[in-house]
Amino acid sequence: MSGLTPFISAMSAVIWKDLRAEWRSREVISAMLVFALLVILIFNFALDLQPNVRAGISSGVLWVTLAFAGTLGLNRSMAVEKDRGCLDGLLLAPVDRAAIYLGKAFANLLFMLLVALIVLPVYGILYNTNLLIPGLLVVILLGSEGYVAVGTLLSSMAVQARTRDILLPILLFPVAVPVVVSAVKATGGYLAGLGWEEIQPWFTLLVVYDVIFTSVAFMVFDSVVEE
Amino acid sequence: MSSLIEVRSLVKRFGAKIVLRQLNFHVETGEFVALLGPNGAGKTTFLRILASLARPSLGEVWVAGFRLPQQAAHVRRRLGVVSHQPLLYGDLSAEENLRFYGRMYAVKDLEARIHEVLELVGLVARRRDLVRTFSRGMQQRLAIGRAILHDPDVLLLDEPHTGLDQDACDMLDGVLRQIAGQGRTVVMTSHDLARVEDLASRFDVLTGGRITASQPADGLPRDGLLAFYRQALESQRSLQGATR
Repeated sequence: MSGLTPFISAMSAVIWKDLRAEWRSREVISAMLVFALLVILIFNFALDLQPNVRAGISSGVLWVTLAFAGTLGLNRSMAVEKDRGCLDGLLLAPVDRAAIYLGKAFANLLFMLLVALIVLPVYGILYNTNLLIPGLLVVILLGSEGYVAVGTLLSSMAVQARTRDILLPILLFPVAVPVVVSAVKATGGYLAGLGWEEIQPWFTLLVVYDVIFTSVAFMVFDSVVEE
Repeated sequence: MSSLIEVRSLVKRFGAKIVLRQLNFHVETGEFVALLGPNGAGKTTFLRILASLARPSLGEVWVAGFRLPQQAAHVRRRLGVVSHQPLLYGDLSAEENLRFYGRMYAVKDLEARIHEVLELVGLVARRRDLVRTFSRGMQQRLAIGRAILHDPDVLLLDEPHTGLDQDACDMLDGVLRQIAGQGRTVVMTSHDLARVEDLASRFDVLTGGRITASQPADGLPRDGLLAFYRQALESQRSLQGATR
């Protein structure tokens, strides 16, 4: 228990710091939100298809929007640490570096979920789709968690490079394919009104990938940020 | 291990490039060591190794009785680091920055300590202002406050005067003098002798990846110090010329 308290204290300090700084600057959220809304609008006009066709692709549109907006947020969130040398400040602290990773990942997840919370009603109106399905909201939570878990780790690698803005998507998208595919399939299942037995395999896959990605990122973060 | 910092035969390589070559160095408790050297001598790399932010390629590094990098967590608790960059968040206020770092270092009685540190660096009146509104000099003073918040045994300063105007340098020197007066152990790098001559108790010269000269400050006149530094640089240049 004695080791857990400093860990949780450091993790909560990182979350508090990220939320406080974002509340002031609104840099991450506003960039993600504007981007997400623009993508939805562009798809809305570009895919002027039959309603039944549109229903089939809307889960893909939703996850492309969330994934791209999430990448923007992940890049910005780690760039803030790098720009003023704050990453060194974090690494100098005598805490378990996994606590730093979990703090950053949790704050990034909150940013992504906040964007999803604002985007979903707009998406529902434009695509004439009811998104207030509890199971679907759980899929969005799990999909975002998996995406952010691996994205936070890879953004801490990419931020060291001069070409960090283009490096993160190149690293992240291939690794995040299992999470995005299972999230798209599970979302599509809920939107099409399929039964639990048809959605359950994708749902389970999503949970398994979340556990694997989060555990691996938790364990290797220290090595990744080491020189 | 009697010295607070003990470095033996330290080598640091980046690929084929050797930055530090068999470097030996030691610092006793309470010393203020000025590490002088031209740009590119390896000062920042050396300080990053002492700060546990970089790994030695070869050699032994001990800080406060703990070996790096194996016991890095113990060393970090005993170190305060100030670098070229302030390591502060622009969108947090001065006291919020200190509160954040205080929680990371588990500082006891944090609010009282934050006030004490802000008084020391002369920023009590600006404690609620965002750091991004601070001048470079104020940011650097707050960076020193951040570095001493957890009352470290050793303070590592990497050219803290970089980018400061004369007034800001004078204010920073005042803060550094107070810190040195508290008996804290300090290692400060600089390429400018004038910046450290009144502060340090010992001058070491780092050139070509090695400590090439060392001189206590006691009773040394300014002219003597200048001559010592020039001689150290000259001997290194002639050595490099001979090996080419």
